[in-house]
Amino acid sequence: MEILMSILIGLLFASAVYLMLSKSLLRIIIGTGLLSHGAHLMLLTMAGLKRGTVPLLGENAEAYTDPIPQALVLTAIVISFGVTAFFLVVAYRAYQELGTDNIDEMRGTKTDD
Amino acid sequence: MSVLHFAIIAPLLLGLFIPLLHKKLPGLHTGWFVLILPAVLFIYFLRLIPKMNNKGAIQETLNWIPSLGINFTAYVDGLGLLFALLITGIGSLVVLYSIFYLSKEKENLGSFYVYLLMFMGAMLGVVLSDNLIVLYAFWELTSFSSFLLIGFWYERERSRYGAQKSMLITVFGGLAMLGGFLLLHIMTGSFSVREIIALSGEISSDPLFITALVLVLLGAFTKSAQFPFHIWLPDAMEAPTPVSAYLHSATMVKAGIYIVARMSPIFAEQATWFWLVGGIGLLTLLWGSFNAVKQTDLKAILAFSTVSQLGLIMSLLGVGAAALHFTELDNNIYMAATVAAVFHLINHATFKGSLFMVAGIVDHETGTRDIRKLGGLMQVMPITFTIALIGTFSMAGLPPFNGFLSKEMFLESMVDVLSLNIFQLSTWGVLFPIIAWIASVFTFIYSMILFFKTFTGKYKPENLPQKPHEAPIGMLISPVVLAALVIAFGLFPNVLSTSIIEPAAASIMPGLIDAGLAFDVNISFWHGFTPALFMTIGIILIGILLYTTLPKWKKIYGLLPKKFTLNNIYDNGLIRTESGSKQATNLYMTGSIRTYMLYIFIAFIGILGFTLVKKNAFIIDTSDVAPIGLYEIVLTLIIVAASLTILMAKSRLTSIIALGAIGYTVALFFLLFRAPDLVLTQLVIETISVALFLLCFYHLPKLNRKEERMKFKLTNAIVAAGVGIVVTLIALSAHSTKIFDSIAQYYIDNTAEKAAGGNMVNVILVDFRGFDTMFEIAVLGIAALGIYGMVRLRLSRRKSE
Repeated sequence: MEILMSILIGLLFASAVYLMLSKSLLRIIIGTGLLSHGAHLMLLTMAGLKRGTVPLLGENAEAYTDPIPQALVLTAIVISFGVTAFFLVVAYRAYQELGTDNIDEMRGTKTDD
Repeated sequence: MSVLHFAIIAPLLLGLFIPLLHKKLPGLHTGWFVLILPAVLFIYFLRLIPKMNNKGAIQETLNWIPSLGINFTAYVDGLGLLFALLITGIGSLVVLYSIFYLSKEKENLGSFYVYLLMFMGAMLGVVLSDNLIVLYAFWELTSFSSFLLIGFWYERERSRYGAQKSMLITVFGGLAMLGGFLLLHIMTGSFSVREIIALSGEISSDPLFITALVLVLLGAFTKSAQFPFHIWLPDAMEAPTPVSAYLHSATMVKAGIYIVARMSPIFAEQATWFWLVGGIGLLTLLWGSFNAVKQTDLKAILAFSTVSQLGLIMSLLGVGAAALHFTELDNNIYMAATVAAVFHLINHATFKGSLFMVAGIVDHETGTRDIRKLGGLMQVMPITFTIALIGTFSMAGLPPFNGFLSKEMFLESMVDVLSLNIFQLSTWGVLFPIIAWIASVFTFIYSMILFFKTFTGKYKPENLPQKPHEAPIGMLISPVVLAALVIAFGLFPNVLSTSIIEPAAASIMPGLIDAGLAFDVNISFWHGFTPALFMTIGIILIGILLYTTLPKWKKIYGLLPKKFTLNNIYDNGLIRTESGSKQATNLYMTGSIRTYMLYIFIAFIGILGFTLVKKNAFIIDTSDVAPIGLYEIVLTLIIVAASLTILMAKSRLTSIIALGAIGYTVALFFLLFRAPDLVLTQLVIETISVALFLLCFYHLPKLNRKEERMKFKLTNAIVAAGVGIVVTLIALSAHSTKIFDSIAQYYIDNTAEKAAGGNMVNVILVDFRGFDTMFEIAVLGIAALGIYGMVRLRLSRRKSE
């Protein structure tokens, strides 16, 4: 299972990188979304999968899944959500002010140098 | 803090009050306040001479950074005292001269004297420091204050150019010298010059020794304007003339000489030292005197002449080093070179200082320094004429002036090189007297040009910007004093020999002090028909012949094409460096985010991939993997399909929906991996995210809304595939290498007992690791405020209204 997950994560990373190298701002943000999915899955996978039951003490099980990566992923999801929301509003404001979503056209003003 | 320390930093302290004095007492020329200090210091150092000759060196230590062995140790021996006397003595005269040279109304005297005092203090610090780091600190302060003084008339372009050039070259050398000092510290464990000298026998076989030697010499050569670093000195002539007289003839350019003399006991046993110091010195001597002949500006002639005379002193120090190879000192001709170096150092300071002041007077009174316009000033400026006569004839090496004595001693030492049987000198040694002789002929020629073209010939008042007349008496005092010294040292050289020259030579050759008696003999002895005397006669005859036929052979200066001059190489080098770095920067800083992302990802693949291969880190261990169920395969396929949809999608809406699909599938994965809290969070957050994406999508500007499929780019695809593969390989290897067990068992055991909870994940989030959660809340808060600010704050719109 972990091997399958590793390959899947690699696939998510590859698509994310490909999207981040594109010109459209929206695609780049979609890429970051994929990248964070890949990272979250990786965190869980690295702790080992499907060993024991859900980490709730009421289950009275012999073994529980490792709770630490779950806590880490929970934190990571919230943070990446905050950042993604912020980026999206940045992109939205950039559309409004600059009238473009093509990053090749966003090069500052010519008078800079 | 002793009186000695106070004396060293007194100029720096006085410098602090100069702007105040300048502002509060505008009626009086600020220079008068300054003048007192170097005069007092000069007397103070004079009174140290008998004390030092009785007791040996004087030493005072002031702790600065004792833990690093960096202390301000003032150390006064013959060499240091000689330089201190030069600095304060000529310093006083230059300040006096500057009072009459610089106008009270037109010039910014406050800054001028601050810079000058800063330089004086720094120079005293250089020559009286025993600690290498303190010495280096003062050394850079001399470069720095010299930079300020050269650029004193900063509104002139040439001044700024000269200041920058001297700064670049001397700081380059200064940094090299610091490197040399650090290497010496590594070899000996000490920063103290005396301690290093004591250990010099042990370190001479160290592999770092030659590197240290070369680095220290680089510092000395750049500061003392030795070939090929001499190019900054002629351009430094843009400074006010008192500065040129003080810094660029008498003191700062001798700092390099000082370093060579000071470091001689450490390095001088080496053949490298002999050849570098002696050889470069001779080359500089020849090149400087050769080039001085073609100059037409008085100060330019003096600048090249300074370069050449510094080369002369340097070559004498190099040849003097050979004395260390002869312990049987019955035949003390080898030490004569060191004595000659010290003697000429003093002589050069006197006559060159007075000549610069003469050039300043001529410039001040006629308005030009161009010898093609000058001429026949003899009757108009009789006193200046007399001073110039003494100075130039001394520089040319004519009797009865002091230049004659030191030139004789110089030629004698160069002839004596022939009898040295070390370093293969029996073959190459013959070059020494020949080069020395040729250079002396050129020295004679430019001295004569300087003197005769300015003061004799036809008086052409119509060519001069101002009507010339004799300089005011105040401006004449300093050059008169210096010229008087030129004659005094010429007629009575023994005044100097026991009091100053002997201790100075003894500090350059401390190992040979026991035979100190030999020094007296050499200086007193200056009569007799030696080969040097015949060489001098030859110099004068050939010199006169060449001077009179100058217009005929002056064409040879056009032979070296302008492209190959050192200045041109320096200028082009600077321009090339600038344009080259600009081109290089423009090449990789394209301004496109995509390019930078490519750099980052390629570096990621390169470094991680290389390490994986290099360390043989890739392992797959299938013994500890969970089984794969049907659900997982289905979910994996969904994610794969959704990713491909995003990549292929024509419309943005499709890709947003596919991203949502991936998010929900990830939530399902969390479900399979027994993580209920993650499932809940993921579902909610994915929903909100997709809603936000749709919001963005909705607000796309109309003109650009034409939808198109992402264009396929091979580089992007390769890089993306590379990143994916590297991540997969690392994930597999990491999973297969378990170094220790998880610490999860502690949380499982103690969630109920210590934290009174049942949900382990939640207890970890708010109890065991609550800090993470606090700052994650802060992140959300900041994001919310940021979004609010971005939406509401419209400064550009307000401005346009």
